[in-house]
Amino acid sequence: MSKNYKDMWKNLGLKLIPHDALLEVLGKGYEDIYLTQNNRPESMAYFNFVMSEIHGLRIKELLDEKTAGRKVIGSFCVFVPEEIVLAADATLIGLCTGADFATEEVDKLLQRNTCSLIKSAFGFKVGKVCPYIESANMIVGENTCDGKKKSYEILKNLVPNLYVMDLPQMKSDEGKALLKAEYLRFKEAVEKLTGISIDATRLKKGIDIVNNKRKAIHRLSDLRKADPSPISGLDALLANQVFFYDNPVRFTESVNKICDELKKRIEKKEGVFPKGTPRILLSGCPMAVPNWKLPWIIETSGAVIVGEESCVGERGARNLTDDSGNTVDELMEAIINRYFKVDCAIFTPNPDRLDHIVEMVEKYQANGVVHYGLQFCQPYLMESMPVEKALEEKNIPTLRIDTDYSMEDVGQLKTRVEAFVELLK
Amino acid sequence: MRYAGIDIGSRTIELVVLRDGEIIESRQADSGFDPMTQAKDLLAGVEHDHIIATGYGRHLFELSFDALTVTEIKAYAVGVSALFPGVRTILDIGGQDSKAIAVNDKGKAIKFEMNDRCAAGTGKFMEIMANTLGYSIDEFGKEALKATKDIQISSMCTVFAESEVTSLLARGEKPQEIALGLHRSIVRRAVAMLKRVSIKEAIVFAGGVARNSCMHHLLEEALEKNILVPENPQAMGAFGAALLAGGIC
Repeated sequence: MSKNYKDMWKNLGLKLIPHDALLEVLGKGYEDIYLTQNNRPESMAYFNFVMSEIHGLRIKELLDEKTAGRKVIGSFCVFVPEEIVLAADATLIGLCTGADFATEEVDKLLQRNTCSLIKSAFGFKVGKVCPYIESANMIVGENTCDGKKKSYEILKNLVPNLYVMDLPQMKSDEGKALLKAEYLRFKEAVEKLTGISIDATRLKKGIDIVNNKRKAIHRLSDLRKADPSPISGLDALLANQVFFYDNPVRFTESVNKICDELKKRIEKKEGVFPKGTPRILLSGCPMAVPNWKLPWIIETSGAVIVGEESCVGERGARNLTDDSGNTVDELMEAIINRYFKVDCAIFTPNPDRLDHIVEMVEKYQANGVVHYGLQFCQPYLMESMPVEKALEEKNIPTLRIDTDYSMEDVGQLKTRVEAFVELLK
Repeated sequence: MRYAGIDIGSRTIELVVLRDGEIIESRQADSGFDPMTQAKDLLAGVEHDHIIATGYGRHLFELSFDALTVTEIKAYAVGVSALFPGVRTILDIGGQDSKAIAVNDKGKAIKFEMNDRCAAGTGKFMEIMANTLGYSIDEFGKEALKATKDIQISSMCTVFAESEVTSLLARGEKPQEIALGLHRSIVRRAVAMLKRVSIKEAIVFAGGVARNSCMHHLLEEALEKNILVPENPQAMGAFGAALLAGGIC
């Protein structure tokens, strides 16, 4: 990354030495895991560039936007509605989490039995290595699991601009009323932050931009039905990860460009792995950059990932927002309806998720499901056993993996994943 | 044609060579700190046309010897099924991990569970506990069978269990009875794992720990089922790998 960014990082208050170390590890990890893949689509070059500039050019763009008067809002969750943010000419970004960092500092703030995702978010903050969180005018915390909910009480002392959004836990009328009240409150908070009053035209435009981004991802997912798969699961995951960081319009164009290339590949029956390679659906907890451990293990064990049933995947991007309304009320209602369908494991009961897993297995012709539960993530770990049982009753082989961001269990995981792939053959 | 299978485990390496389906060579060595040199020594003078590696060292072997690999899970399923055609459930407790494997009527693994990343309830755990009690690994099970009283050991963590054993000894408890308590705690863990996978008969207990007669006895008691143990339970992985090597051509 260019030296020109040093001043920018310094001005953001980042600690340059650990930040350099982080970028080095990230770069090395990307090189080892991504650049060693065979038969990658040429248009993935865009994502190589995005990754190489993830703390550079993208941050510069955000800071330029801020200079021009736009606000930047950071989030940790797919429940934060980007449509509302864009309607107020603000930018929504996913905040850094996906690698262990400054663990000793984090251990002073969070108890041991906290999942890696939360610890990592804190690590990037207290280690002062996340230019995104430092660029944000507003940070949205959301009451999903208990771990996140309680950790925001602690995060509040570390950042000046935390906004906490409450979320329902049941798909009832009362639950929906809560989501509605919270989205209206969020809209007001965004209006206050930006000084922009959100009208129907603005909201429609926001919906349009986000829907197009989702449509591009849907198109990409659809192309992964082909055997041989035209793109690796790792590369498709990367697109789903960058979904949260990139400029939405440019991201949409870039994904569509990849799709054009994949379409040609499919016509020529070209793929990243040979036809007949065992196909895996990955299901469970979200995987933020650079949490590529499990997909990397799977795709170097003779299988290909054909879908992600995850927040960073179809749970996050599944439904479009209905844009047919003409008033702010109608459009807000459409936004609420869209997000209320998200089948996050914080909901009880959560039968839609199992239906979606089965649907995805059929749609992408997966031979088996790998359920990824992040250690100490109670909602998904709790669901993992009933999900496994239900899938096996439908004769869908399932492997439950419970892991974290550390690399110490790679050997053990490799044996389990390889053995699972062997039994799919 | 000679087909070889080599199982490079965390504690030992086994080599089995087949000719016309018959075992013509069966060797074993400690893995030591340089398993590839140990493997090379073990292979010295052994002729084979094809070799397949399994065990935790399989990938290193693959790089050094240009061999194909399979996981221990598949190798055990194939090896045990060949010896016991009716097997439906395999418990394999090795040096550093334990596995419960459900097998279908074709000898194919259909589901499995593995212990988590620590060595609790494995051969290594037993070795350390035996050592704390002053027994050799061979004596450990035999002495436990002589116990007349049950002592509950609650720690499965190797480090905690060791200090628990030390305090039981200090309290004046007999080593034989502590040994029995330790065996029971490993069996409880193994049974829980089996129940998540399958306890369909026939059940075969393999891996190095299957040589321990107390473990065998307690498992049968806990499951109220007859459990079979191969004559050489540690070699099942290498045997399975050799059979798979025979299937290549």
